[in-house]
Amino acid sequence: MLACRALTGSGPAEASTAGRLTGVPTGTFTLPSTADPAAFASHHFNVYTGDADGEHRMKFAKGTTTLAFKFKGGVLVAVDSRSTQGPYIASGSVKKVIEINPYLLGTMAGGAADCAFWERNLGVQCRLHELRNRERISVAAASKLLANTLAQYRGYGLSVGTMITGWDKTGPQLYYVDNDGMRLHAKDTSPFFSVGSGSTFAYGVLDSAYRHDMTDEEAVALGKRAIYHATHRDAYSGGINNIYLVKEDGWVKVFSGDVKDLRDAFDAEEAAAAAEGSSSSSSSGAAAAAASTA
Amino acid sequence: MSSPTEINGAACIAMVGKGCVGIAADTRLGMQAMTVGTDFQKIFKMHDRLYVGLPGLATDVHTISATMRFKLNLFKLREERDIEPKAFSTLISNTLYEKRFAPWFVEPVVAGLDKDGAPFISAMDLIGAECFAKDFVVSGTCPDNMYGMCESMYKPDQEPEALFETLAQCLLSAVDRDAISGWGGIVHIITADGVTSRRLRGRPD
Repeated sequence: MLACRALTGSGPAEASTAGRLTGVPTGTFTLPSTADPAAFASHHFNVYTGDADGEHRMKFAKGTTTLAFKFKGGVLVAVDSRSTQGPYIASGSVKKVIEINPYLLGTMAGGAADCAFWERNLGVQCRLHELRNRERISVAAASKLLANTLAQYRGYGLSVGTMITGWDKTGPQLYYVDNDGMRLHAKDTSPFFSVGSGSTFAYGVLDSAYRHDMTDEEAVALGKRAIYHATHRDAYSGGINNIYLVKEDGWVKVFSGDVKDLRDAFDAEEAAAAAEGSSSSSSSGAAAAAASTA
Repeated sequence: MSSPTEINGAACIAMVGKGCVGIAADTRLGMQAMTVGTDFQKIFKMHDRLYVGLPGLATDVHTISATMRFKLNLFKLREERDIEPKAFSTLISNTLYEKRFAPWFVEPVVAGLDKDGAPFISAMDLIGAECFAKDFVVSGTCPDNMYGMCESMYKPDQEPEALFETLAQCLLSAVDRDAISGWGGIVHIITADGVTSRRLRGRPD
């Protein structure tokens, strides 16, 4: 009790009545009793600063590959399920897609607790919006509620890297929101996001194989492929691959399977590609030989 | 993760059976979080009845394996016989202690049969502190996991086939809880009649 005091004053500290009206639990978190609580919190309880020595100080989910893309049929969301504390694999069956409500999905990257808590909180705010306005909240508005909440806590060391997706009046929508308040909208020119330590590998697959006019089956296959290759290359991603599809009447969970069961298919494909590559290179070699004799 | 012994990732176990010894290791080669190779061998044959596992920094794995091969070649020229496992363990220990203040970043595991066919295993830290055991030794980036598996799976006096099974299960289960080792493995079972080596197919993640 002595070590902590209630959060009051400006910044994330709003009047507690405001919290009740907006659904954001401002004013309810106790802060460390230091001159600069934000600096203290972000220094000691931040996921990123824990890297070298302080890694085991707190339990955080860190390594992750999550991705989502817009396409002809809606939005596809694919994630892994690994949670690590340092090199130790704490869990291989984490649900990193957060079902905010039947029309909205969020993904989890960064701190598991931060993502889970603030996306649940977003669900509360979205429900309040429905009750007040007699209609569902748009994905744009929902993602902005989260971005605003995170912006209030900027500098406090929260770790959230999430994609908010759903289907509203304007059609399928996808947003990226993170803990420093960034909020990006997926447009036709950049229809996908990937977040987490394995995201670069997933981007590699998406960049080379993404098409807008994919069928649902092709989209699911692309999600599996990107997650499989990311879990293979990134030590901190792995476990179960969960895939969701966002359609006009809400999201559906379309796949959940261990990445090790995807291996045979991709290995066979790689072997076939290698065989084809060697035969085509030998034929081009023959062509080159023919050219030189000519 | 800034420790040089944890950059590339490794797991290695040696275990004693009845008139045989086994040594197993994973095959990952990583650069911190990124896996760049899944067929990196870190166990080396020193002679027909002696193997050494060198989990640690990959560049030093190559250097130490070559250095020890060189020293054993000289030994054989002078002595006209193969080195005993106990003597080899001392040799590698002294080699490591030579670099006490700028160490090679490997933590070796020795497994072999001596001239009477008796099993020998040992492990040491990166500056050569030997650790002898009658049952099993472990080394690598997930020693807690490997000890946990070995403590619960080890049985004395296992035949070579049973020893292989125990080693394989211990290794695979240990690396499945370690982010930076795994991606496959190899097990060598050393008996008086010869060595059987089998590759393990591990999880791809």
